[in-house]
Amino acid sequence: MISLPNTQASEVSAAINRERHRMGSPAVGMVLTLLVLTDELNQADALAAASQAAREHPMRIIGLIERPGRGPAHLDALINVGGDEGAGELIACRLHGELSAHAGSVAIPLLLPDTPVVAWWPAQAPHLLAQDPIGKHAQRRISDSATTAHYLEELGTRLTNYSPGDTDLAWTRVTPWRSILAAALDQPVGEVTGIEVQVETHNPSGFLLAGWLHSRLKVPAQVRHTKSPGISQVILTTTTGKVVLNRADGNIAQLSVPGMPQATVALARRSTAQLLTEELRRLDPDEVYAEALQGVQDIRSEQAKSHG
Amino acid sequence: MHNPLRSDDDRRLPRVAGPSSMVIFGVTGDLSRKKVMPAIYDLANRGLLPPGFALVGFARREWEDQDFAQIVHDSVRDHSRTEFREEVWNQLASGIRFVAGDLTSDESFDELRRVVDDLDATRGTRGNHAFYLSIPPSLFSCVIGQLKRSGLSEAPAHTPTGSASNPWRRVVIEKPFGHNLQTARELNHIVGEVFEKDSVFRIDHYLGKETVQNMMAIRFANTLYEPIWNSNYVDHVQITMAEDIGIAGRAGYYDGIGAARDVIQNHLLQLLALVAMEEPASFQADSVRIEKEKVLSSIVLPDDLGAHTARGQYSAGWQGGIEVAGYLQEEGIPTTSQTETFAAIRVDIDNRRWAGVPFYLRAGKRLGRRVTEVAVVLKKAPHQIFSSAATQELSNNAVVFRIQPDEGMTVRFGSKVPGTTLEVRDVTMDFAYGDSFSEASPEAYERLILDVLLGDPPLFPRHEEVELQWKILDPILDYWATLGQPETYVSGGWGPQSAYAMMANDGRHWRRP
Repeated sequence: MISLPNTQASEVSAAINRERHRMGSPAVGMVLTLLVLTDELNQADALAAASQAAREHPMRIIGLIERPGRGPAHLDALINVGGDEGAGELIACRLHGELSAHAGSVAIPLLLPDTPVVAWWPAQAPHLLAQDPIGKHAQRRISDSATTAHYLEELGTRLTNYSPGDTDLAWTRVTPWRSILAAALDQPVGEVTGIEVQVETHNPSGFLLAGWLHSRLKVPAQVRHTKSPGISQVILTTTTGKVVLNRADGNIAQLSVPGMPQATVALARRSTAQLLTEELRRLDPDEVYAEALQGVQDIRSEQAKSHG
Repeated sequence: MHNPLRSDDDRRLPRVAGPSSMVIFGVTGDLSRKKVMPAIYDLANRGLLPPGFALVGFARREWEDQDFAQIVHDSVRDHSRTEFREEVWNQLASGIRFVAGDLTSDESFDELRRVVDDLDATRGTRGNHAFYLSIPPSLFSCVIGQLKRSGLSEAPAHTPTGSASNPWRRVVIEKPFGHNLQTARELNHIVGEVFEKDSVFRIDHYLGKETVQNMMAIRFANTLYEPIWNSNYVDHVQITMAEDIGIAGRAGYYDGIGAARDVIQNHLLQLLALVAMEEPASFQADSVRIEKEKVLSSIVLPDDLGAHTARGQYSAGWQGGIEVAGYLQEEGIPTTSQTETFAAIRVDIDNRRWAGVPFYLRAGKRLGRRVTEVAVVLKKAPHQIFSSAATQELSNNAVVFRIQPDEGMTVRFGSKVPGTTLEVRDVTMDFAYGDSFSEASPEAYERLILDVLLGDPPLFPRHEEVELQWKILDPILDYWATLGQPETYVSGGWGPQSAYAMMANDGRHWRRP
């Protein structure tokens, strides 16, 4: 760990090069730069998760930690090379005072040449990801609507402002559910006529799952709130019966499909590091996410109509 | 019928195997415990197996289902690639069955049939079953005959109501695929009588599908290499598989087989085909196979096999700081054994691209270190503007595919040594998959088992390829059989004198890998 108090980006860059040479590995196969935009409260968890994800995706992680305040504008940097990050490296930049509004000036000189850039807001994300001063340098922009209090409004904002490359960890969380449901429908189970998703309150993932199902199956979808952790049940009513995927404990699920014996499926909730690892596997636009957001919108407007 | 939840744009959703089971014969063997069972767990852990997946073990042991489950549990705990998770294990464990029986017994196979039918009813496997023969080839005919007799090889003709496709039965067989052309044909005949071509999956545990696809991606997705991939630029190609271990308790398998049959057949010849083949029309298994078959059938052997091949047998010595026994002193090896533990051959490819470019293949046990690589050695520059003193330490440029350990690629070229005198020396640029895409790379067995369950056409050799390979090796093996005892070589080195001599004959030398 190298500490560079009151420094600038060129010194950080030089320090990394020195450290790489000292370790005898100046040329590394890092595949991307991950910019983590966070505050002091969330930085420790976020950077730890990013470090774990770096074991599958060797990358340069640049933590841009905002410390706005009245003190003089300056940059403090902490550099870690060849630690938990495997082949990757971690640079934690604390942006004090007015500098916190100019994170881009620190990030740009530190981006790895000619490789993709990913921006991640572990907590509060800007409304317009693609036009954010940092976000505009990234081809993939990851927010997490589960961290916002008004998550339904947040999903609406994400839809209105959607730009290819936007994605959301709340969406990443439903991949295992989607995979099991898609595999269940690989077998002919008849035509789906109704969708119901049960989810705890304040969980946008349930809506995104329902939105995706609605956008693909084009049948009415309902979201109901329960007390179980996360998403607890999906019921697809079909012309031959019901496909039910039920997870009461946040860990193991039961799948029943018409004409098949009930089966147990491992469906554990995943850590932030695992979500981020999945998210970094593909860096091209995720249009299916946009369709799911549109699905959420459609479900909400239908609900409003029926109540209204 | 199209599944509305699937879309080409949805690249997050993996293809999950449909309802099915896998029956393993030879569950007590090394490969099934160290490779097959852990691979099945890894697939389950990655969410790629269907919820009702069943795993059936068959062996001559007085075990109950739970005893076999314990064996699987231990092998998964010790050898799986991904972390052990209780909930995944429980999902898998609920589908584990065991049939205690004898490979020759009608009753045992009738019992197996009952178990498999019962799985269709209780686990919803819908008549889809794969049979994994992790047993010596001498037992194939007996097992395959029994599968046919008991009706297990035949999928039910009628689609069970609600099933997506016709039920299937598939079979997986491991190397060796025979021990010469004739036995390979016999083996193929035995398997082919009962199973359709597309239902037979051959696996070579040395060569993963990942490796094959990586090599193809490097050759055909780039513009950097293909222009120099011919006799204008390439001087020769060296393909090496070196093992640092001896036969390690596999005496029964290895003796009488030897390095050429064990490794050059299929493994090194597959690597040769991938390096030398023309660009296939597509990435589809069929197109690739056509190109591989084409290049394998263009291979010619040297006239003088004595000067262009070498074989050896390791003698006692020190390997990596440990005193080791010679081959003839190994347990279970007759002191008169003529089996070679080192084999090296030169072959040429008679086509426009490779005319005049020899391919050297070598495989051996108890060599300096464990390494498998393909080195494409380029010609020297036709003219040097630098003085011979300046380029004294510059050798041929080389592009090296490192297959294992630490899969990757190196490029060797000359660079000026810093300083006022002009001196050019070899440097190496190194790319490792492990650095750029660590941990996500699945094991060969994971890919293969998933292919079997999905019914993807096997990338692995069909019998035509296997037969072509034997046509190359048979004359060499016949010639070697006339020579008596192989030359000995010291453990921990790089093979017998004759191996060095066969390269020196051509004015070349082996790379130290």
